[in-house]
Amino acid sequence: MRNFTRIITILVFIFLYIPMIILGIASFSTGKDIAVFESFTFHQYRELFRDDGLVSLLTNSLIIAVISTLSATVLGTVASLGIHKSRGRLRKAIMTMTNIPMTNPEIVTGVSLALLFAFVGIILRINAVLGFWTLLIAHITFNLPYVILNVMPKLAQMDPDLTEAALDLGCTPVQAFFKVVLHEIMPGIISGALMAFTMSLDDFVISYFVTGSGFVTLPVEIYSYTKKPIHPKVYALFTLIFLVMLILMVTMNLLQARDNTRRRKLMLRRAGR
Amino acid sequence: MKSRFLSGPYVLWMVLFTLIPLGVVFYYAFTDSVTGAFTLANLGSMVNYWPIFLRSIWLSIFATVICLIIGYPVAYFIAHCKPTTQRLLQMLVMLPMCMSFLLRTLAWVALLEDTGIINNVVMSLGLESLPLIRNNGAVILGMVYNYLPYMILPLYTVLMKIDNRLVEAAQDLGCNSRQIFSKVTLPLSIPGIVSGITMVFVPAVSTFYISQKLGSPDTILIGDVIEMQFKSAYNPNLGAALSLVLMVLIFICVGIMNRFSDEDEEGMVTV
Amino acid sequence: MSNELIRLTNLVMEFDSDRILDSINLYIKDKEFLTLLGPSGCGKTTTLRVIGGFLTPTSGDVLFDGKRINDVPAYQRKINTVFQRYALFPHLDVYDNIAFGLRIAKLPEKEIDERVTEMLEIVSLKGFENRKITSLSGGQQQRVAIARALVNRPKVLLLDEPLGALDLRLRKDMQNELKRIQQAMGITFVYVTHDQEEALTMSDTIVVMDKGKIQQIGKPEDIYNEPKNAFVADFIGESNILDGTMLEDYSVKFFGRVFKCVDKGFAKNEPVDVVIRPEDIDIVKPEEGHLCGTVTSVTFKGVHYDTIVDFKGFKWLIQTTDFCPEGSYIGIRLNPEDIHIMHKSEYSGMFGDYSSYSAEYDEIADAEVSEDEE
Repeated sequence: MRNFTRIITILVFIFLYIPMIILGIASFSTGKDIAVFESFTFHQYRELFRDDGLVSLLTNSLIIAVISTLSATVLGTVASLGIHKSRGRLRKAIMTMTNIPMTNPEIVTGVSLALLFAFVGIILRINAVLGFWTLLIAHITFNLPYVILNVMPKLAQMDPDLTEAALDLGCTPVQAFFKVVLHEIMPGIISGALMAFTMSLDDFVISYFVTGSGFVTLPVEIYSYTKKPIHPKVYALFTLIFLVMLILMVTMNLLQARDNTRRRKLMLRRAGR
Repeated sequence: MKSRFLSGPYVLWMVLFTLIPLGVVFYYAFTDSVTGAFTLANLGSMVNYWPIFLRSIWLSIFATVICLIIGYPVAYFIAHCKPTTQRLLQMLVMLPMCMSFLLRTLAWVALLEDTGIINNVVMSLGLESLPLIRNNGAVILGMVYNYLPYMILPLYTVLMKIDNRLVEAAQDLGCNSRQIFSKVTLPLSIPGIVSGITMVFVPAVSTFYISQKLGSPDTILIGDVIEMQFKSAYNPNLGAALSLVLMVLIFICVGIMNRFSDEDEEGMVTV
Repeated sequence: MSNELIRLTNLVMEFDSDRILDSINLYIKDKEFLTLLGPSGCGKTTTLRVIGGFLTPTSGDVLFDGKRINDVPAYQRKINTVFQRYALFPHLDVYDNIAFGLRIAKLPEKEIDERVTEMLEIVSLKGFENRKITSLSGGQQQRVAIARALVNRPKVLLLDEPLGALDLRLRKDMQNELKRIQQAMGITFVYVTHDQEEALTMSDTIVVMDKGKIQQIGKPEDIYNEPKNAFVADFIGESNILDGTMLEDYSVKFFGRVFKCVDKGFAKNEPVDVVIRPEDIDIVKPEEGHLCGTVTSVTFKGVHYDTIVDFKGFKWLIQTTDFCPEGSYIGIRLNPEDIHIMHKSEYSGMFGDYSSYSAEYDEIADAEVSEDEE
């Protein structure tokens, strides 16, 4: 049984990582065809950093991801506090609404927003509605549920007396939030923001429908490559992003592991006393 | 008491950019693209697209089932590793989700193409090149590849949480390992299965990139048709009607799936 | 000592048309140790939260030093609270937890340091300044919670079942400790508990509550010796409660016999509840007894035996150091001061019959209480 699942797991991981390997190898190839490795070179990487176009696309993606993540995190955290306090039908209605972007297919979310923007454009007689602002609105919209679904459980776990204790000791409700509640729900806020950030950075489907020619993000541009041959320096970019992501995740993992070990030691010490 | 109103801005935002857009989809679906008058023609023409709807559903059901079959053992394996290994493997499952799925799909094209990596190997052995791409199989493969992590993660989350004492209790009561699985582990992991199926099926049935790159004009999916209405055919009203039907179909499918699980909606989406 | 500090007048609290507090009238004196005692759901915690400012009463007034404070938020009241599960801030260490309120009040850091150090000494936690909250034992966390509240020098300290999470031994120690701190600091304590023994040990005044109403207010001795109704008689200690008729002053009839008693002021032939504490009953030979009955069960309780005696179908609990074997026929004597008379109330007939006695009555009662404590 154990061996069976082990073999499947190994095969699945090979399956998952084949494309990464291929793209990684292709990024070091002199040839233009991804399928043929000619000879080894760093040329694509040099090209990549010389290419202002790609760098500015990446910057666009980062701008949208950062701004939308920050806005969604603030708006979503504040909203979570409100939802946490509300009960019954109101709470249920809000949570159902929160789940709409999560369960609706991305294409429907994209299409519906595109139609909304088109509709508003017609009413306000603006020709080119789609661009930075529509993209930002769309990203904030699909980022919000990630924040809320990560913060809500932390609020539920928190001892409700903590807020009252802070009020009791002289905090105004706002002080109580910043001095106590925020610390308690921080892990949820961080994981929600991280999730939102990666979703936003990598989003193609929704962005594709709500952005115009004025402001293009990297994934949308890559899609347009399907019509023209893809330049190998994109593989170099992919490989770099992959490495950054890998380092980021390993670091987070190590931090978490250290934290866990410390906690376990603490528990042992307490049990031993 | 007042803190309830903190969710006000959020509610307003979601109404503006989630509920109203869906209303606009309705509006477009029921109006004529030229005159703007009320019409049922868009919805009426859905009949023509029925085969495409059916194909989308069949292919994604196939992909979902495959994901479940190969994802379950993986999730099971990860859930029974040491905690440190668990975290590492979980991270390795999540990592591909953060990478451009467009480029990863392109890599599969490079692998499967008639002059691609696999066929280069095959031909260098002196064999005929294999028809690996531009068919239903390739589309399913693309779906499985892209959405498999969405199956593994919720399954892993559920399997990890199963209290080992339950397994020991089952052993104590005389279950062999197969019975433990079928009587304890499997029933307890149903919420994860439902969540995983939903998270694979919904994006798979509505995808429009995978079929374009790995499929052929014969394997066109409903997502492709919707995309065309907005980006090349410029018939947003028909596109809206198609989206509406797609949404309703998914709503029904997810609704049926959720009947199998007791999980409340707040816990449904576990990424 | 007799300055009135807090007054609650006609306090009513309703949640979704459920009446949690029903016209509570109560005043609390300065430097007093007052305990709100009652079973869970009786409204004691709600009363405390109204005083603390975490709940606004549906109607009625909360007066502090003669001023109405209904609309003063919690953070502006000179009242601090020790919470049931301590509610210590997990992201701060012991020192920072205690200093929290002083820092909010923006006191100079030097004064904060002095007061925190002094407080640590009072709660015997010197040397624990930089310990993480999570590394403390329950009793230590309890002390930090008390220190954190007291360091602000409140006029009133509210304590919501502060010892509920501690084990029995520690609870006894902390009871003495709390009483000592209260007397040393000379401030008013309002203490909530469902543990009658705790209430009797620590309080200057006990307020017995049930179903959102105050059943009796008084000194511990008065509450124990002169319960106002069957509920109080049963909740505070053990009681045999019987139907009787007050023939005239100092004379009551029950079980077909006329007994002398020390109560007066009842109407002629008024039906009353008669309370007899199990430890007040003297066991004698059958021929010398006022009443005779058969022992149906005996349980050893350490200091005494719980003896259940059947008197004509009504079972009494008698706590005695004399062992009477099961089945033996015994007599009892009642002195006039052992008989306590109460007016009939809505609780009449609900308590004080030991027909369904089980040796675990204490534990069962406790389990019921802690079950819906949340």
